[in-house]
Amino acid sequence: MAFTLTYNVALVMFGAGLLGVAAGVTGTFMFLRKRALLSDAISHATLPGLCGGFMVMVALGGSGRALEGLLLGSAVSAALGLLAVNFLKSQTRLSEDAAIGAVLSSFFGLGVVMLTVIQNMSAGRQAGLDQLLLGSTAAMLREDAEMIAIGAALVFLVGFVLHRAMTLTAFDENFARALGLNVPLIDAAAMALVLAVTVAGLKIVGLILIVALLIIPPVTARLWSNRAAYIWPIAGAIGGASGLIGAGLSSLAPDLPTGAIIVLVAAGFFLVSFLVAPARGALASAMRHRKFQRRVHRRQGLLALAQGYRILEPYTRKLLQREGYVRADGVMTERGQSAATAAQRDEARVAYLRSKPDYAEFLSRHDGLSDLSRAFTRDELAHIDTRMEAAS
Amino acid sequence: MLRLHQNDQTLDPQSPLAIRGLSVSYGEKPALFSVDLTVAPYSMTAIVGPNGAGKSTLLKAALGVVPRLSGQVSIFGRALASERHRIAYVPQRASVDWDFPANVRDVVLMGLYGKMGLLRRISRDDLAIAEDALAQVGMQDFAHRQIGQLSGGQQQRIFLARALAQNADLYLLDEPFAGVDAATEAAIITLLKKLKDAGKTVVAVHHDLSTVTAYFDHVAMINTRLIAQGPVAQVFTTAHLQEAYGGRLATAQIDRLREAGHY
Repeated sequence: MAFTLTYNVALVMFGAGLLGVAAGVTGTFMFLRKRALLSDAISHATLPGLCGGFMVMVALGGSGRALEGLLLGSAVSAALGLLAVNFLKSQTRLSEDAAIGAVLSSFFGLGVVMLTVIQNMSAGRQAGLDQLLLGSTAAMLREDAEMIAIGAALVFLVGFVLHRAMTLTAFDENFARALGLNVPLIDAAAMALVLAVTVAGLKIVGLILIVALLIIPPVTARLWSNRAAYIWPIAGAIGGASGLIGAGLSSLAPDLPTGAIIVLVAAGFFLVSFLVAPARGALASAMRHRKFQRRVHRRQGLLALAQGYRILEPYTRKLLQREGYVRADGVMTERGQSAATAAQRDEARVAYLRSKPDYAEFLSRHDGLSDLSRAFTRDELAHIDTRMEAAS
Repeated sequence: MLRLHQNDQTLDPQSPLAIRGLSVSYGEKPALFSVDLTVAPYSMTAIVGPNGAGKSTLLKAALGVVPRLSGQVSIFGRALASERHRIAYVPQRASVDWDFPANVRDVVLMGLYGKMGLLRRISRDDLAIAEDALAQVGMQDFAHRQIGQLSGGQQQRIFLARALAQNADLYLLDEPFAGVDAATEAAIITLLKKLKDAGKTVVAVHHDLSTVTAYFDHVAMINTRLIAQGPVAQVFTTAHLQEAYGGRLATAQIDRLREAGHY
């Protein structure tokens, strides 16, 4: 099946992309605040409200399919779920993760029972409520897509305005409070954003998988950057790309739930990032470790040579030989000779500095492994040497 | 002295930090009970007391970081809310996760939050302030270092740099010497004394009794209640120490502590 960009597909892709950006930005705060799991409780707690909203609308004589009513119902029950978690945490001695587990499963259980009841109602069979569990784009109306886009844009805007206050709170809550920041209000704002993303995403991603769109982008962004200031935009971009691409792919396979495809795309971004990201990726980490190991062996080997010992470890011997410090028969080359002498001299300098408490701070500039000339200037080294000579 | 109904206006207007009848509790047991404290202007005041005496809680409650059950706080004779910009708070180093994605400069810039607010972009001036603060703690070469790679002493230094960036008049530090190397301890105390000389007031929760006389000019001794406060020479006495620490300090130890300042 070929991909054709109809108006409807473009609309859905645009909506899903915006939703992804909003989810990535919102999720970043939850992730930095170490409360990512709370998003899970919020999203699962939407189900009873969703069903309740449907039932109320049917009881009032409607078809029960109006999206506004369903979203309102889910927002109310998600807020109740959030209150329940906070209540359990503050009134009992339960930790937050335990409270989340209890609330999440109870609310979801109640929702599933209500959903089953609805499926057996005459109005319920065509309602397609089950599509809100995993998301679908097949039956999306223009109004639906517009509402999602507006909601997502609002969430993004609020998240952008609050990101500095949120980062500060996530790193150092006490300091934030001392500055006069209203930390409970900031936390509440973050919850409200999660709630808004969940509700806005019901139609496309569905309530079970929206949490993935909140968590995977920031976690992926963390692999790429060591600074919160960059994690926000990267997470937004990854979320947006996942939504856009996922919704596009979904138009090719209308039988598959859209939410699952979007989440799989996000998971793909994570997997690739996990392997290749330069900051914290697996490949980069492995390479850094190898490099570090080589430095340790090189230093150890040179020091051993300088002191006239034989190098027993095969890896060290091979390394020094490959780098031209020793010949195949184990005898030092000229280059090895001078490197070994330099390493030995550095070792003596470090020993001297270590014996003088006044130099502790000075010495802290050295990593204990590389040449001292990389940590200190020529003048500083000369100064050390003079002091050492005077001492001996 | 239990004076619960007193107006903020009656607190000492000269004092950078005056506290009356402060009680705080984390459960049923009070962490602090009816503590009165008046910090002398331009002083360096140590808050000492045994573990669990409420030393950190005192600072946190004074700043509204933890809720108080009762009591009033005034900052330079005025309400806390209007004077927050004159206070720099240095929390315990161990109270944050140093794996947080930020570099050294990011953390120091957090001290400028009060100035920058939600959205204003970081300016050249802001960066200059951060750089200057880092230079004062000897960390100018570390601006772009990931905070997770810092030693304990370096972490404490950048917390201090963040407080310096705030350009406050009152510095409240929670255990600034806990778990730092000797060089850092010396650098920090030199810096704090410099602040005092520049007309600032410094209050620090302090756990090492052997350095109280050398580092501080005033001391407040607490153990849930206030035991004594005032100039070190008058307050840092055997009787007060025994009252604060109970049987945990032998008289011989206390004598040695009292001597420590006068060698």
